[in-house]
Formats: sequence, structure tokens, C-alpha cells
Amino acid sequence: MTLIDTVERAEKTPDDEQPYRELGLKDDEYARIRDILGRRPTTAELAMYSVMWSEHCSYKSSKVHLRQFGDLPPSDALLVGIGENAGVVDVGDGYAVTFKVESHNHPSYVEPYQGAATGVGGIVRDILTMGARPIAVMDSLRFGRADAPDTARVLPGVVAGVGGYGNCLGLPNIGGELLFDECYAGNPLVNALCVGVMKHEDVRLAKAEGVGNKVILFGARTGGDGIGGVSVLASETFDAEGPAKRPSVQVGDPFTEKLLIEACLEIFAADLVTGIQDLGGAGLSCATSELASAGTGGMHVDLDTVPLRDSTLTPAEILMSESQERMCAIVEPDKVEQFLAVCRKWDVLATVIGEVTEGDRLTVDWHGERIVDVPPRTVAHEGPVYERPMARPADLDALQDDDAAQLPRPSTPEELQAHWLAVVSSPDGADKTWVTEQYDRYVRGNTVLAQPEDAGVVRIDEDSHRGIALALDGNARYARLDPYTGAQLNLAEAYRNVAVSGAKPLAVTNCLNFGSPEEPEVMWQFAEAVRGLADGCRELGLPVTGGNVSLYNQTGDVAINPTPVIGVLGVHEDVRRRVPSGWRAAGETVLLLGLTGEEFGGSAWASVVHGHLGGRPPAVDLAAERKLGELLAALGREGLVTSAHDVADGGLAQTLTESALRHGVGARLVLPGDRFTALFSESAARAVITTTDPGGVKTTAQWAGVPVTELGTTGGDALAVDGLPELPLAELRAAWSATLPALFGGPEHSTPLTVPAGTVPTS
Amino acid sequence: MRIGIITFPGSLDDVDAARAVRLAGGEPVALWHAEHDLKDVDAVVLPGGFSYGDYLRAGAIAARAPLMQDVVDRARQGLPVLGICNGFQVLCEAGLLPGALTRNSHLHFRNRDQVLVVERADTAWTTDYTHGQRIVIPVKNGEGRYVAADADLDRLEGENRVVFRYADGNPNGSSRDIAGVTSEDGRVVGLMPHPEHAVEDLTGPSTDGLGFFTSVLKAVVAA
Repeated sequence: MTLIDTVERAEKTPDDEQPYRELGLKDDEYARIRDILGRRPTTAELAMYSVMWSEHCSYKSSKVHLRQFGDLPPSDALLVGIGENAGVVDVGDGYAVTFKVESHNHPSYVEPYQGAATGVGGIVRDILTMGARPIAVMDSLRFGRADAPDTARVLPGVVAGVGGYGNCLGLPNIGGELLFDECYAGNPLVNALCVGVMKHEDVRLAKAEGVGNKVILFGARTGGDGIGGVSVLASETFDAEGPAKRPSVQVGDPFTEKLLIEACLEIFAADLVTGIQDLGGAGLSCATSELASAGTGGMHVDLDTVPLRDSTLTPAEILMSESQERMCAIVEPDKVEQFLAVCRKWDVLATVIGEVTEGDRLTVDWHGERIVDVPPRTVAHEGPVYERPMARPADLDALQDDDAAQLPRPSTPEELQAHWLAVVSSPDGADKTWVTEQYDRYVRGNTVLAQPEDAGVVRIDEDSHRGIALALDGNARYARLDPYTGAQLNLAEAYRNVAVSGAKPLAVTNCLNFGSPEEPEVMWQFAEAVRGLADGCRELGLPVTGGNVSLYNQTGDVAINPTPVIGVLGVHEDVRRRVPSGWRAAGETVLLLGLTGEEFGGSAWASVVHGHLGGRPPAVDLAAERKLGELLAALGREGLVTSAHDVADGGLAQTLTESALRHGVGARLVLPGDRFTALFSESAARAVITTTDPGGVKTTAQWAGVPVTELGTTGGDALAVDGLPELPLAELRAAWSATLPALFGGPEHSTPLTVPAGTVPTS
Repeated sequence: MRIGIITFPGSLDDVDAARAVRLAGGEPVALWHAEHDLKDVDAVVLPGGFSYGDYLRAGAIAARAPLMQDVVDRARQGLPVLGICNGFQVLCEAGLLPGALTRNSHLHFRNRDQVLVVERADTAWTTDYTHGQRIVIPVKNGEGRYVAADADLDRLEGENRVVFRYADGNPNGSSRDIAGVTSEDGRVVGLMPHPEHAVEDLTGPSTDGLGFFTSVLKAVVAA
């Protein structure tokens, strides 16, 4: 039998060598742990500190910047702010909504299916922990070039994992993003969002209070999976020489999680817990130290009582294990029996593993001996904080000077149309049905709008018809050219996507995906993006309710483009007035709202046609976004619009294509000014709407201060743009919908098509 | 009219089935898999989902739940039973309907709005449709490919027990485009597509699914 490294032993053997570097701790961090404890840490304590002080859990590089979100002016809508598992927003009628997006990038590269699946599982538990019933999920995905061999390995697994877990949990997938870029080869991004709903009085917090209250671990047994997931996997750069990291990825069981959800909601309804926390990254180390740290007392845990899948696990491994589908609750002694009965009903294993104690220590025993004795705040909330050095990227001036406006433009109408087809059939612009068909969008019967709409819309009350809208956006080309502006453009796009559905934007979440914080240029990009987002939220009057930071998204010294994925939540007072994006009927007037400038920097056109990234991203005008949002809300309220679709990457060419193909209704259009600019500029604060009352819209738009341009009339089975060859919808659909099946298709799509990846077909 | 909806561990569309019953004018009654109690319901719906996580085989474990013994006994006496998706899989595993549901031929989970042709408008669950009617309701499954031995398929077709066939594309590779089948007496119906997701204009591709639930209310009155 191996010797147990007890507190007593640690005191007697101060000079024992400890493998802190292998666990991801730096020399000074290890020294600080010794300082806090007044001795060397035990093996179990070292394990806890190493996972909790990892970048993933401690936010040690990002914290100093993220404070800007906390400094935003207070919002009446915000019921619970940053710091809890997820922020909570008041959406009216006594309803509260909690939503959050989280990354599972590194695990998804190592093991695509399980990495993505457990990404969904983890964010769903965060939402559940707040006391809410999870009601929908979304996913924002990035991969390397669509035609790269490794993308064919990673993408199908990730999509199947997101679908496999969410479908089996019974959560509709209502939208998201799928984009490709060389920079994500070796570092795909898998960001999953979950949204949940509850009544105001049902909000739960993660804290351990009340001396003598029991600590109950419930859900799956603890196994050897995911050990060190947050430290050795998510907080380090991949490199070619490193050991295989597959054992650090967790394995998901959505069936157990579904039971956990139902059991928790029944437990909440019967008011059986005083505090609750899910077990995600850093497992028991995180749950126990965070609960104890946020509470008023201490906590004691008998580790022998933890149900195990593998009886050979060491105490340190039990504390670090990231086995999925586990929760930890604080329960008053006289409610324990009732709590366990609910768990039995749902076949959920539940075990009392400890209790809340007097004093301020977190203690853990193993075989009757003390192996952990620490102040929990030092583990959970007082980890290291770094002000990392920052430097503006040396290549940024050259990049910004390389103006996309100088690129050769199409010289004939035929060439212009070829560029149109190239943009909308590029992997970024193409139909995403191949992916979204693998997701259940119907379950629970409240999905009002889902992908490919601009925002997902979910009904939360069947009697009052109140509902919510959500959008996720993260253009990384813009952020590469200017991270401050890029973050604001993403905020603006998500805001606009919620607004075009007719909803009122209420709150913001984010998932900030960047390279290594140890690189000053990456740190500068991060700081700029945070500053941009905070300034943008201040101007739009929206609170940031929480978020997630994913660093070390780089292989060797090549970082991903900065990818701040921004989520905006909006409220619909009556979802029956939601506005869809597709054209449904002939004879309606097509209007463009907003102004179009010559803005091609970071555009889809420059990327697809010229493989070019350079210049400045489109200008941000948040006042114009706000006016546009207010106008769209008013038009929706008055029933003046039949459809609304935002204009973003791919410009008007992309917007017109999607609106026409949604229900197979064409249009006859005259584009103002230079047709190339009209089709491919990516100026922000624009949307295309259809109406049967153009006069009414123009009057309202004038009042709102939003410029309106009439483009034409819906009808026919082609997009007939004045001065261009007529584009039959059948041809457009064939180009738009063939791309992803040709790249990733199954047996039904056995004849691979040649896809123009990064080039224009020569026609 | 009381229509029972069974919740197994892992059932997901039970809330949707209850809503559909309510919108059709019936009273939904929640039934629990572990209890031998049908609560005097007039008909039973086995909803979609992933009972027991699809472990072993989809529907195999739920088919052995205590309440299923009661459902099988009563179904043999004529109690109307509808199995949707995972519920269909459970009915096949329980021996109330012939055939089996296997992994989709293309190996992906697939969710789309599907055209079905009604081939039987005289079962307990389909009298509000007409023979040959085309309806659009969502399909969503990973293991929805209906299979049976050729001789059994011939017999099923000979006995006119195919209730629905897929039209305009077969979403999962089912034999002979079969989407749903019925028992000899036409009281038990199982299908992979989801009528409970097509009961409101706001949330479904159509309201074509409502007919299942209005049909059974009439069947119960007639019985």
C-alpha cells in the first residue's frame, strides 16, 4: 500500500521534492502555496491548488482586464451579476433568465465527440446550478480550412457531440455559428451556450452556510477521466513533442445529466438545498473550495465516502477528477432524507460526503487521516493575478495599411455575379443544414425561431406568450485587424440579430478565445477586445452578465485570430409578433435600412475571392445600431414588417441570398450606387426588411432617424438585380447548399463536388 | 377524456405530448414508468426521447418497465396506444408492434420537416385524416430506420398495417419508406415522426399533427 501524504507528514518532511511543474504551477506560485500553508502542501493539497490556480479556473491573466465589465453602470435588469456560475436577468412577469457561453476548445481537438459533448454538458450544469430549468442551447464553432484533412476529422465529431449530448438531454439547439479559417487548424473552437428560465424567487447561489449542514455529492460516480483537464489541457499550448493528452478529456453521459436535471428541479421546487454547485473543471476541488469560500464557515469532507468508478484512484486524483454529471449540494440535516428520496426516484446516486463546519478551514480526510487543511479562499478566490506584459502586434500597421479597397474588383456583370456565387457558396457563407439537421430544434415545443434565423427565439410562457431571443456572433477577421473595433462589431451584430427578430436587447455574455497570454501581442489583443466590449456595452446600456475566457488557443507560436464571441439576450413581450428572416410572399417591398459605405476590410469578399485579410474593419456606430434596433422593435410591434434580416459578413449578397432561399421567393431589385459596393460592403448597422406598407415604414424610420433605401419587390423564382444577369433561385440554391455535403457528406452525398475554397470558379 | 403520457427516465417529449393532448381538447395525465398505475386513462401516449439513454438498444430497457406490463395487457384488450419515436421503439421492443428500428442508413441524427402520406385513416389515432392525405410533421432521430424480414414486410403490407409512408425523400433509410405501423386491431400505432411538434403555427412547421390527438378523443367516445 502506498504511503498517504498527510498534513502531519508534510509538516515533518518540508524538503520532499514535489512535482508542481508537471501539474502546471510556476516556481513562484508553488512558493506562495508554501507561504499560505506555512509548510509544503500535501500531495492532495498540491493537486487542488494546481487545478484551481490554472488559467482556466483562476482567470489569473484576464482578471485585471475583466474588471471593466464589473465597473459598468448598474442595470435594473441584472438580478445576479458576474462571479456566480451565470448571471441572471429579469425578463419581466416575474421571470428570470440565466445564460452563459463557455469554451471546450482544447478537449474538442483531442477528442472531438466527447470534447464537444461534455462542453454542452458543462454549460448546462452551470445554468441548472442557478436554479433554472435549461431551455435551449446554441453553439459557436470554428475550424481550420474546410478542405483540410484534419477538419474532416474534427468537424463531424464535434457536430455529432454537440448534437448527441443536447438531443439526448432534450434541449433544442436554436442557433449558433460555423466558420472556417486556416488559423484554427490545430485549435478549433467549440463554444456552447445554454439558457435557462426560472422565477425570481427560485435563484440559487453557490455557497455553503449553516454549521452542521450536510454536503451531498450526487450524480455520476467519480472516475479517472479528465484528471488535470483544466491545468494540463486547457491552460497550456499544444506542442508536437508533448505527451498524449487524450486521458485528460472527460467522457459524457447525457442520460445521467437528464436525470440530474429533473432531480435538481424537483429538489429546488421542494426547497431542499441552501447552496449548490456543479462539478465541472477541477471537479471536487473546485466545488468544495468555492462553496466553502463563498459561505461563512468551513467545510469538512470524508473522501472515503465518494462513490468511485475506479477503486484504485488516489485521493489527489479523486479531488482533481473531472468526471461529468456530478453536483454538490448543501442540505440542512432534517431535509437530507427527503433530498435522498428525490434522488432515488430519479435513479440518481447521492451520498453525504461531509458537512459545513465552524471556523474557516476546508479539511479533507482519507482513511481517517487529514490530507487537506487549507483556507478555502486561497484555493478558490485568491489565486494569483498577473498583469502580463502587452505589446501591439508588430505586423498590425502593415496589416491595416494593406487596404482591401485596393483589391481588383469584378469588371463585368458576369464577373460580379460569379463573385456573388463564390461568397455565398464558400464554406462560411454556405447553407449550414448539414450541421443543423443533426440538432433537435423542436423538443419542449417552445422554439419559435431557430437556425438559420438571425436569432433563436424561445417562448417561456404559453399563456402570456412572453419569450426571449438570443444571438451569438464572433467575427475574428475584424478582431484581427482591430480587436477593439472587432469586439464592438461582434457586440453590434449580436445586438442587431436580436433586434431584427423584434426583441428588445437586454444583456450580454461572452466567450473570449485567444492565444497564449504569455505572448505580449496576444495579451494586447485580449486587453483591447475587453476594452472595446466594455465601452460598447456602456454605450448600448447593456450589462455584461458573465462570460468565459479561453486562452492558450495556439499551436507552437501561432495563435488563433482573436475571437471574442459575443452573446446578446433580448426579450419578446409577445413571441407571436416575432419577425422571421425569410421572404414568404410576392409583391412585398424590399427595403434596406442603414447606410452603405465602401468598407471591405476583413470582408468575406476579400477573403473568399482574394484570400486577403487587411485594412480596417467596418466603422462602428453604436448610436446607429441603437436607432436601428429601436426602429425594428417598433416595426415589429406595429406589425409593419413581414421579414427582417441583418446585413453582416458577405454583405447584401449574403443577406439577399438567405432571405430569398428561405422559402423560395425571389425579387426584382435595383441596387443604389455602385453595385459592387452595394453587394459586398460590410458596413454595420444595416438590415433588409420586407413590408406591405412601405409608406408606413418610411414614416416610422424617419421618426427613428434611420435612412431607408427602397430596393425593389419580392416575387418570381429568381433574384433579378438591375444590370446583372438574372440569378435563378434553383442555381443559387444549388451553389449555396452543395458545399458542406460535398465536404463532409455521408453516403447520400457520395459524389464529391469540387468546392471553391478560397478561390473564385473561373467562369 | 383522459390521455396518459408515460415518463420513463430519459423521456423528453412528454411535455410536448401533454400540450398536444390539451390543445386537442383532452386531459393529459402524467404516468410514471415505475408504478403499476394507469390512473384510469382512456388512451396512452409513449413520448419521444432517449429512455435509458438508448443503452442496450433504443427502447429495450423501457419496454421492461413495470407500467409497460399494464400497457401491454390493456392494449391487447383494445386500449388505444400511440408510440412516437422512442415510444415506437419501446412498442416494438415490447412486442406490441412488429419490426425494429435501427441506426439511420447515413449514420447521422436527422431533424427535418417531413412529408408523410397517410395510408390508413381508420386507426384509433388517424380518423381525422383522409386516405392518401399528405401531411408535414417533424422527424428527428438517430435510430429510425424501420426494418423487418421481407416476408414480414410483405405480410404487414398485405394486412394493410402500414399507417404512414415517407414521401419526397426517406430521411433514415426505412424499408419501403415505412414511417409508422399499426396493430392488427388498429388501436396501437407507432411512428418515428413527431406529430406533437406540429400542433401550433407558432412553433411547428404545420398543425398537421393535431389530428392524432383529436382522432383518439373520438375513438375513445366511440368505444
